[in-house]
Amino acid sequence: MAEKSGADILIETLCDLGVEVVFGYPGGAVLPIYDALFKQDRIKHILVRHEQAATHAAEGYARSTGKPGVVLVTSGPGATNAVTGITDALMDSIPMVVITGQVPTALIGTDAFQEADTVGITRHCSKHNYLVKDPAQLADAVHEAFHIATAGRPGPVVIDIPKDVQVATAPSRKPGRNTQRYAPQTKADAAAIEAAVDMLAAAERPILYTGGGIINSGPEATRLLRELAELTGAPVTSTLMGLGALPASSDQWLGMLGMHGTYEANLAMNRADLIIALGSRFDDRVTGRLDAFSPNSRKVHVDIDRSSINKNVRVDLPIIADVGSALADMVAAWKARKHPKPDLSEWWRRIEGWRARRCLDFADRADEIMPQRAIRALYEATKHKAPIITTEVGQHQMWAAQHFGFEAPNKWLTSGGLGTMGYGLPAAIGAQLGNPDALVIDIAGEASIQMNIQELATATQYRLPVKIFILNNEYMGMVRQWQELTYQSRYSESYSDALPDFVKLGEAYGWKGILIERPDQLDAGIADMLAYDGPVIVDCRVAKLANCFPMIPSGAAHTEMILEGNEVSGEMDDEAKALV
Amino acid sequence: MHIKQEASERHTLTVIVDNEPGILARIAGLFTARGYNIESLTVSEITDDRAVSRITIVTSASAHVMEQIIAQLERLVPVHKVTDLTALGPHVERELALVKVAGTGDHRIEALRLAEVYRAHVLDATISSFVFEVTGGRDKIDKFVELMSEVGLVEVARTGVVAISRGKEAA
Repeated sequence: MAEKSGADILIETLCDLGVEVVFGYPGGAVLPIYDALFKQDRIKHILVRHEQAATHAAEGYARSTGKPGVVLVTSGPGATNAVTGITDALMDSIPMVVITGQVPTALIGTDAFQEADTVGITRHCSKHNYLVKDPAQLADAVHEAFHIATAGRPGPVVIDIPKDVQVATAPSRKPGRNTQRYAPQTKADAAAIEAAVDMLAAAERPILYTGGGIINSGPEATRLLRELAELTGAPVTSTLMGLGALPASSDQWLGMLGMHGTYEANLAMNRADLIIALGSRFDDRVTGRLDAFSPNSRKVHVDIDRSSINKNVRVDLPIIADVGSALADMVAAWKARKHPKPDLSEWWRRIEGWRARRCLDFADRADEIMPQRAIRALYEATKHKAPIITTEVGQHQMWAAQHFGFEAPNKWLTSGGLGTMGYGLPAAIGAQLGNPDALVIDIAGEASIQMNIQELATATQYRLPVKIFILNNEYMGMVRQWQELTYQSRYSESYSDALPDFVKLGEAYGWKGILIERPDQLDAGIADMLAYDGPVIVDCRVAKLANCFPMIPSGAAHTEMILEGNEVSGEMDDEAKALV
Repeated sequence: MHIKQEASERHTLTVIVDNEPGILARIAGLFTARGYNIESLTVSEITDDRAVSRITIVTSASAHVMEQIIAQLERLVPVHKVTDLTALGPHVERELALVKVAGTGDHRIEALRLAEVYRAHVLDATISSFVFEVTGGRDKIDKFVELMSEVGLVEVARTGVVAISRGKEAA
């Protein structure tokens, strides 16, 4: 049998697995793989400017297309720079395969140049990882890595390949897909589905609480969620990661729940008699104070990851399954048991009462742009184009989640679990590559955008027409907001000093730059951005001290929601200060 | 403000895993990463082809955390099966210790007499020392070591706990 080098086997296996795009950065320990890449034309390599950006770009690609993202970086600093994105993908359940070069086998453990213990470092921030020491095992490892990354709860898998293994040869053979040792349960127990459906039919105050699992499960899960919502008439809320599963224009949509969720979503969770959690994980940002979380409800939890069940909140009925499969079963069981559409008019009457508080309203101003106004203007100007929105992390992210309406899944890419500043621009680049015709906008803050600003060059190189819309308030606004709530407005290091001129910076990289300073420039500035056929960076100056409300302070109950900024200020006690 | 501690109870788990590089680090690291305790951890290959290992872990945790520990272990790709022997019911636990004692005269005679009571074997003897091998439950070994400290204990090596369920079924 003809022998091939490890590098050739790797590239061939990636092709067999349908990989079209790899995000990476070359270096000494991956030169053989880069040479193999040079000699083929099936896989497109996207050269980022920092390895962290390669991982976020792969996440953006994966989240917007449903396909796994692939990253290729060198040993040592290449691998350690990728760690943040690997952890981000683990927290947000993003399918990703990260290939790292390693020093030659004989040098492992000698503190060789650009050596890092990649397998050790990534062991607990990846779903699984490998050190492949024999080219003959490479194809099997890559196949299993893709299976693990995409099956069950998706996540990042790291394959560390020493340089000598890339050069050494082995017989080239096609492995069968190794699915034997990792086969997570995806089909729900039928009795549990029937019990859940009967609970839903009998509930007086039900609520569907959906999460990123619905997006991960694929478009069919979204369709089925909409059908279940239609059949039951139940209100629907979602986590940050699940936005878009139910259209924001639906009457049954309550908005996002949790720390910066809507009044109606959080009150409905608190007063519900039945919560159906669908692909969501009762994260601390969702539950608030645990002992006060939805005290009178029974809870059904559908999750593909058994360890998510009873982790934070005790549930009455666990269902371990792929949420799409479970939704199909629930819809079928609802119909088979001929449940009529329940009369939830009393429940909806109460919800309408909470809605009437209009918790997302804000005091608009004529002399400066309120950040919420900017998001709404962007939404109004782009909604007919079904844009893909990415964000960085902070106030702008929460305002985008609150004020931008998502009608479809895979359109909202944000770092939820890890909360990684610097996510949005590379994620937008990845999303644009996966969706060449889509309008992709990174809604950013002036602080976050600087964490991966070097990626302006990547977009320029590949002629990607991504847009960056910076809500520039000259503060790390969420830090400043917490300092106001918790530390008597002692703004320790939260001012964004020495900001660059973003317009000129964009122009230096070959982007178009637009400055928006006053409310009367907002619509025209957005129109200019959309009209330009190429990458645009918009520096939108917004009210400097605006804060993001509603807010449930860390450790508070859903009923202790702050709706207005003037309801709180001052100093919190140590118990509150210790909470994240 | 002071840090709160949660009440916990002791459990013995067996974990059947693929015997691959890094598996021990993966298991031990999961415990440290998620803030779980390990009182004892033993590992050994259990099949002819050396493909599978059995790990015995003694941990203490609240009932809620125990459920999480098991779910988190089962989530690891190389883990085949996790059994909570404590929750399952009757099982036996054994540990082996090697205990070095040095002394002469009455101490030496007393050490040998106590070793007999505890059914410890003498593995090595010199004019002024013994190495005893003792097996048993954790309490028995603790007690034996405590007694030896009165008669010239030099050092102790312990294996940690191995455990298996009672009766004819595999756990």
